[in-house]
Amino acid sequence: MSPRGDLGRLYKDGEIVIREGEVGDSLFVIQSGEVEILTWQGGEDVLLRVAGPDELIGEMALFEHQVRSATVRARGPAHVLTLDRRNFLRRINEDPSLAFRILEVMSHRVRDTACAS
Amino acid sequence: MLADGSRVAVLGSGPAGSFFSYFLLEMAGRLGLTLEVDIYEPRKFSLPAPAGCNMCGGIISETLLQNLAADGITLHGDVVQRGIDSYMLHMDVGSVRIGTPSGEMRIGAVHRGIGPRDLTEAKWGSFDEHLQGLALEKGARLVQTRVDEVSRQDGRPSLKARDGTVSTYDLLVVAAGVNSSVLKVFEGLGIGYQRPKVTKTLIREYRLGEEAINASLGTSMHVFLLSIPRLEFAALIPKGDYVTMALLGDEIDNALGDAFAASPEVARVMPPGWDSSQRSCQCLPHINVRGVDKPFADRFVFIGDSGVTRLYKDGIGAAYRTAKAAARTAVLEGISEEAFRKHYLPICRSIANDNRMGHVAFQLTRAAQRARPLRRMILAVTRAEQASATRRLRLSSILWDLFSGSATYTDIFARMLNPALIGRMTMAALAALLPGGRKGPAEATE
Repeated sequence: MSPRGDLGRLYKDGEIVIREGEVGDSLFVIQSGEVEILTWQGGEDVLLRVAGPDELIGEMALFEHQVRSATVRARGPAHVLTLDRRNFLRRINEDPSLAFRILEVMSHRVRDTACAS
Repeated sequence: MLADGSRVAVLGSGPAGSFFSYFLLEMAGRLGLTLEVDIYEPRKFSLPAPAGCNMCGGIISETLLQNLAADGITLHGDVVQRGIDSYMLHMDVGSVRIGTPSGEMRIGAVHRGIGPRDLTEAKWGSFDEHLQGLALEKGARLVQTRVDEVSRQDGRPSLKARDGTVSTYDLLVVAAGVNSSVLKVFEGLGIGYQRPKVTKTLIREYRLGEEAINASLGTSMHVFLLSIPRLEFAALIPKGDYVTMALLGDEIDNALGDAFAASPEVARVMPPGWDSSQRSCQCLPHINVRGVDKPFADRFVFIGDSGVTRLYKDGIGAAYRTAKAAARTAVLEGISEEAFRKHYLPICRSIANDNRMGHVAFQLTRAAQRARPLRRMILAVTRAEQASATRRLRLSSILWDLFSGSATYTDIFARMLNPALIGRMTMAALAALLPGGRKGPAEATE
C-alpha cells in the first residue's frame, strides 16, 4: 500500500503533539501509528495510556480554554490530523450531532476513570 | 414519523446516498429504532471507468475530512491516494505555492470509482465503494439494480426495478445525481420537483506513474488562472499513479481541454516528455449550478446534487451536509413535507445563499483571468505572504479557501473586502508601475 495517501502531519518517534500545561485550541485524530498520553507526576512522566488509529485526542480543548491536562508524544512514527476548534464549533452550530461522538468519547473516559478508581 | 420496521429506499450509492444511509441507521440505533434501508445502485464501483465511475475530480476538502473524523469516519491510505498539503497557483505571470501553516496533509485526493479505464492493478480502493461499505456495515441492504419507474401508492413511494420487482416504502431518498436519467421521472410525479440547472465540466485522467508524479506535481494541487477563451478554472490533481485534469468553463468541449493541456503552464508542471494526447479516459459530466427550490415532499427528499450542492467546489462536502440533515430530519423530526421544510430546507437554503456569494467571488477570478495587472498583483501579494514568517496570510488564505472549498463563499468574500488586503494589493499595483517592477514569466516562476 502506498504511503502517499497518509493524511495529517508525520510526528517522529518521541515528538510532542500536545504539551501538558500549554493552552490548546485544537483537537486531533490519530491517522496512523500510536501516541503515548503522559502526565508529569513526582518529577517524571507517567504513562496514562496509549492511543492508536482513529482515536480522538485533546477533545477537552473544544469545551474549555484551559491548559492541556496531559502530554501526547508519538510512540514510533505517527500521522496525526489537526481539527480546528473554530471551524469545528461553527459546524456543530449547524449540525449538533457532530458533537455526539465527542460526547461519547468523553463519556467513555469518565466511565474508564470511574472504573479504575 | 419513522417507526420500528419502517422501510426506506435510497436511490443511488454515491457519497450522498451512502452518507444518508450511514447516518440514518446510526441515529436510529441511538434511539433504539430498527429500520430497513435498501440502497438501489446498479453500478459496481469495483469496475474501472466508465462502468464504476462517478465522474468527479475526487477531492476531499479539509473541512469534510475533519467532520468525518469527528463523526468516526477516518479516511486512510487504502482509499486516499495522496495527501495534499499545498496549492500551486499557476498564471502566465508566474506561479506561487500556498501551503498549510503546519505542513499537514489536510486534503485527500481519491478516485470515486476504482480507477480510470486503463487501470491494470488496483492499488487503492474506490472512495464510493468505501462509503457504501460503511453504510452496509451499519445494516443497509444493497439492491444492485436500476430503477425504471417511481410512483405513489396511497401516498407512499413505490419503485419498479428493471427486473420488474415493485416495492413500496415509507420514505424515498433520492441521491441519484444530476448525471442520472432517473431524475426526470420525479418531474412528472406531482411533487413539485424540477431538476437543477446544470453545466458541463471536463475531466481527464492521465497515467503518469507514482514516481513521476512525486517528482513533478508532488503533494500539491495545481490550479490555473489562464487567459484561455471559455476557460474559467482548471486544476491538475495528483492521485496515486494518475493525474486528474478538471476543467470548468463555458460550452466546455474537447478543444478547450486540448488548448489547456497544450499550454506552457501545464507543460511546466507535468513530467518531462509528457504527451497530452495519451490520456487514460475522459468524461464530460454535468454539475449542478443552481439547486432545486423544493428538494422534498411528503415521504420524498432529494439530497446531494439532485437537490442543492455547493457551487463548483466540495460537492462531496455538500452531499455530506445535505445527507446528514435529511437523516437527522427523518429520524428525529419526521418524513412529512412540513418536517423537511422546517428542518431540512434551512440547510439547503444556507448552501444556496452561500452560492450567490460564490458567483461574485468567481467573477473576481474571471476578472483576474482577463486582466494581467490583476494577476501580477495577486502573484506579488501571495508571494510576499508566503515568504514571510510573520505576515498575516490574507490573500493566501482566501485563495486556499476558494480553491479547496474549505470555507463558505460568504466568509471568503467578506475577507476579500478587508481594508488591509486592499491596501496590500494597491501597494503591489504601485510597485509594478515603478521602473524595474515588471518581470517576464520565466524569471517570475518560483
